[in-house]
Amino acid sequence: MRLRRVVVTGVGAVSPFGCGAELLLDQLVAGRSAVRAVPELAAVGGLRTRVAALVPELDAKRIERRHRRSMSPMSVFAALAALEALERGGLPRERCGEGRLAVILGSTVTSTQAIQGFFEDFLRDRSLERTKSTFFFQIMNHTVAANVAQMLGVTGRTLALSAACATSAQAVGYGCEMIALGRQDFALCGGADEFHPLTAATFDIMNAASTGWNDRPTLTPRPFDRDRDGVVCAEGAGVLLLESLESARARGAEVLGELVGFATVSDPTSIANPGSASIERCMRLALGDARVAAEEIGYVNAHATATEQGDIAEAEAVAKVVGERVPVSALKGHFGHAMAASGALELIATLGMLRRGVLVPTRNLDHPDPACGGIRHLRKLEETCPDVIIKNNFALGGINTSIVVRREADDGPGDHRPHQ
Amino acid sequence: MTDQEIIDRINEALAEEFELEPAAMTPDATLYNALGLDSLDTVDMVIVLENAFRFKIREEEAIRKISTLGDIHRFVIGKIREREAPPG
Repeated sequence: MRLRRVVVTGVGAVSPFGCGAELLLDQLVAGRSAVRAVPELAAVGGLRTRVAALVPELDAKRIERRHRRSMSPMSVFAALAALEALERGGLPRERCGEGRLAVILGSTVTSTQAIQGFFEDFLRDRSLERTKSTFFFQIMNHTVAANVAQMLGVTGRTLALSAACATSAQAVGYGCEMIALGRQDFALCGGADEFHPLTAATFDIMNAASTGWNDRPTLTPRPFDRDRDGVVCAEGAGVLLLESLESARARGAEVLGELVGFATVSDPTSIANPGSASIERCMRLALGDARVAAEEIGYVNAHATATEQGDIAEAEAVAKVVGERVPVSALKGHFGHAMAASGALELIATLGMLRRGVLVPTRNLDHPDPACGGIRHLRKLEETCPDVIIKNNFALGGINTSIVVRREADDGPGDHRPHQ
Repeated sequence: MTDQEIIDRINEALAEEFELEPAAMTPDATLYNALGLDSLDTVDMVIVLENAFRFKIREEEAIRKISTLGDIHRFVIGKIREREAPPG
């Protein structure tokens, strides 16, 4: 079966740095941190972490009220990111109504803020009389995908994925396969999450949240560093516009990168900790899908959340797959872990790096942990332009993903790429 | 509370909830066509009014016949006056 080649032509980001994919990249290249102290977290009993990376105030009124009324913050983030992706890709909004564009977006959980608001009111007297009609649309499992599809007038497929921190990486991968198969011509793929103390607590309860840097927030998280002490939760949304290479060329769209390989695997060894062997398998499957040899990989964008075990497992796997030659960095030291949005935001940033010819180092990596050795940690900005990169994302629940990207779509015959 | 004070409070509550332009909020403005509201909004409008005036109107038959902002004004003023009327 002949498959279509799939490229990224638009990107949109709402990150803890603010709105805009270019802004995100600028801040990363400048080495800045978006992590800050959140003193309000002290009011949550038992919660030890006091830091997070939150989206600054944004103009939600760019979204019409009739669409915004059913959106919690995570859908607002995703909607703004989707609008940016369409604009960047030069795809008119009317094209969303042709039945050939899919929306593939997800979140880790639905709006915890909305659920909390409902129960705070409901438990006063167990009355539903004050519950507004739009509440349900903020807490349904497909809230992000459905709200964005409604706003854009999408008549193609809507797919609401949920795989925690691997959500948006899976969205990109499955969107890629959908277009490769010709089921849809375009796909807006990504993920979103909004911060709630419960998210931080999830990691804190498992002793996997950063708690030792509350008084120096910009120095955490510390991926691969010997003094890392866990995840810093973030929020935001990342959305990528995918289409076939022929489509992009036919309409003169700029290609931001070709998605040449994708793999996602389940790791049944633990619901909480990614295993090195499964990560390695996932990376090798993605390389096989891309028909790319490990020697061709010029950069690894790591998941690396700065947890004790996760970073070691990933470093071991990366070392086995690409050895000590290839630069490796993670972006969570700059803006924390945006959960379902993290894969898309980091992929968007990586595509940006490739276009600018610069690789962003891992922030806060002052003393690489010897247990995370065997790989070439990127510790300062590097001006280089690798042709092929691999991007990892892993999720609680035992879900791993790897995506292989080629910087520029060559002028090969097309439609040649066999999938697994 | 005078009729005008009630009208002002209604308009203020609806303008805030539904982001309505004060200039468009004339008594003859229809909820659906002139003000751009829809069926979900009218469900929430009842909650907004109940919250603003501390009464229960959701099950009132008259509420289903409302089509303009002026209808709302008259309905709410009627409910307030009913409440104020001495028993017996």
